[in-house]
Amino acid sequence: MYSEKVMDHFSHPRNVGELPNPDGVGQVGNPVCGDIMRVEIKVDDGIISDIRFKTFGCGAAIATSSMATEMVKGKTLVEALEVSNKAVAEALDGLPPQKMHCSNLAASAVHAAIKDYLEKHGDLDLGIDPASIRIEEHGHDEPEE
Amino acid sequence: MNRIYLDNAATTPVRREVFEAMVPYLTDKFGNPSSIHSYGREARAALDRAREQVATAIGATPEEIIFTAGGSEADNLAIKGTALSMRGRKSHVITSAVEHHAVLHPVEALEKLGFSTTVLPVDSEGMVDPDDVRRAITPETFLISIMYANNEVGTIQPIEEISQIAREAGVLFHTDAVQAVGHIPVDVGSLGVDMLSLSGHKFYGPKGVGALYVRRGVRPTPLLEGGAQERKRRAGTENMAGIVGMGAAIELAVGELEEMLACEEMLRDKLIRGLIQRIPDVKLNGHPTRRLPNNVNISFLYVEGESLLLNLDMQGIAASSGSACTSGSLAPSHVLIAMGIPHEVAHGSVRMTLGRYTQEADIDKVLNVMPGIVDKLREMSPVYVKTECGIKDICAQAHACDVAQPCGE
Repeated sequence: MYSEKVMDHFSHPRNVGELPNPDGVGQVGNPVCGDIMRVEIKVDDGIISDIRFKTFGCGAAIATSSMATEMVKGKTLVEALEVSNKAVAEALDGLPPQKMHCSNLAASAVHAAIKDYLEKHGDLDLGIDPASIRIEEHGHDEPEE
Repeated sequence: MNRIYLDNAATTPVRREVFEAMVPYLTDKFGNPSSIHSYGREARAALDRAREQVATAIGATPEEIIFTAGGSEADNLAIKGTALSMRGRKSHVITSAVEHHAVLHPVEALEKLGFSTTVLPVDSEGMVDPDDVRRAITPETFLISIMYANNEVGTIQPIEEISQIAREAGVLFHTDAVQAVGHIPVDVGSLGVDMLSLSGHKFYGPKGVGALYVRRGVRPTPLLEGGAQERKRRAGTENMAGIVGMGAAIELAVGELEEMLACEEMLRDKLIRGLIQRIPDVKLNGHPTRRLPNNVNISFLYVEGESLLLNLDMQGIAASSGSACTSGSLAPSHVLIAMGIPHEVAHGSVRMTLGRYTQEADIDKVLNVMPGIVDKLREMSPVYVKTECGIKDICAQAHACDVAQPCGE
């Protein structure tokens, strides 16, 4: 049911763990739903220089977390904000339909970490208004119902 | 890789002897048992023999057995068929929250047709309280359907007590015994049930065949019409190879039941004890003693079931889970939730169901690999903090959560 890429990222997840003094931390999901993702970032000159994640969830949740961290590492914050949950799923050669709903939140966790960073460092002017960053809590790229 | 199959509650392989008994009815003895000629007669003889094997195995008479296309059809016939036969006379059905969907969904369908229903709760070990059944009965009640043994957590219900309550109230009693038949003793006489569902592929018979025991005098309205098969109670040319296979399988299973039961219980208890000893923060789901001999259902806190299953599968071990991620829906197992188990604990449940081909070495392998898998996933889990309960802060239901309790102290 999962693509080879998903299984690769699930069995050998990249960037697992925590950072000693993260510049931003983002967490999405909830235990009732069965998926929680926490992302920590280091930011240097507006670039995500290091990133780690921890995820409670199914195969898709772990694989999307791993892929999302790979996709945004070394990117500017603006570029990282453009990486959507959908793009992460596509980079993994797709997810089973039922997984698109609950388990595809990794990009949102990254966005939440960026928002946290911007809010903590309000004195920096990177041209991004943290209030404009919308965090998708349920992995939908389209509005529901 | 040497594979280990621990999903026998989902399905079992067809035994070699059963397969060999079936083959002639797909090839040389292909006749239709309704035909008058010699081909038909040899098929009819085999059909009669299989019916007798199934009847004998559960203490029934052959006329009380209706062959179906499986356990789900048997459940549907018992529930919808009985409701149709009672329409205009009585209107209330009682069932439990932990039934298989093959019971719960037909009961919901009856509701849409204007029947009223009561879905009884269960306790934290998955047991129905017979007193709840007694209290739920109204003058309108015509049917109670409570499963014999639960497919997810293995809890065995007090069927004799409930059937006595039903009998005293003059209400029909159906039990879904799909997980029980061939694994624990099932005798319709001592159970006192009016209808009982069973399924061939749960006891080393083929898929696509089952039966409903219907006590003499009880007449559910047929759901399938169009032929006189099964004494006009279920139309359609008989699945001869399947029926012959189920007959052979049930005879073999019941013949060796006590020996298998003792063996499965020994391995089950070794697996449960071993996991609890080796891995901290685990919880056995279901009743500690009143449970199927082959059922192990354990929640590994702070990790999610599907991730566990995928890791087990990579080691060649096949199991299942009550996690939402494995059900295709967003909610975890309705059985675990009905038992009051918090969502996050239900998400971490793994069911391992043993069978006649399970070896002690298989259990040893699971006990060897499971601690490493759980450890790896916990290391990766944001809700797991080794020294304190990490989940409490983020859990919306921390107040009602037994995961949170140890850390609140």
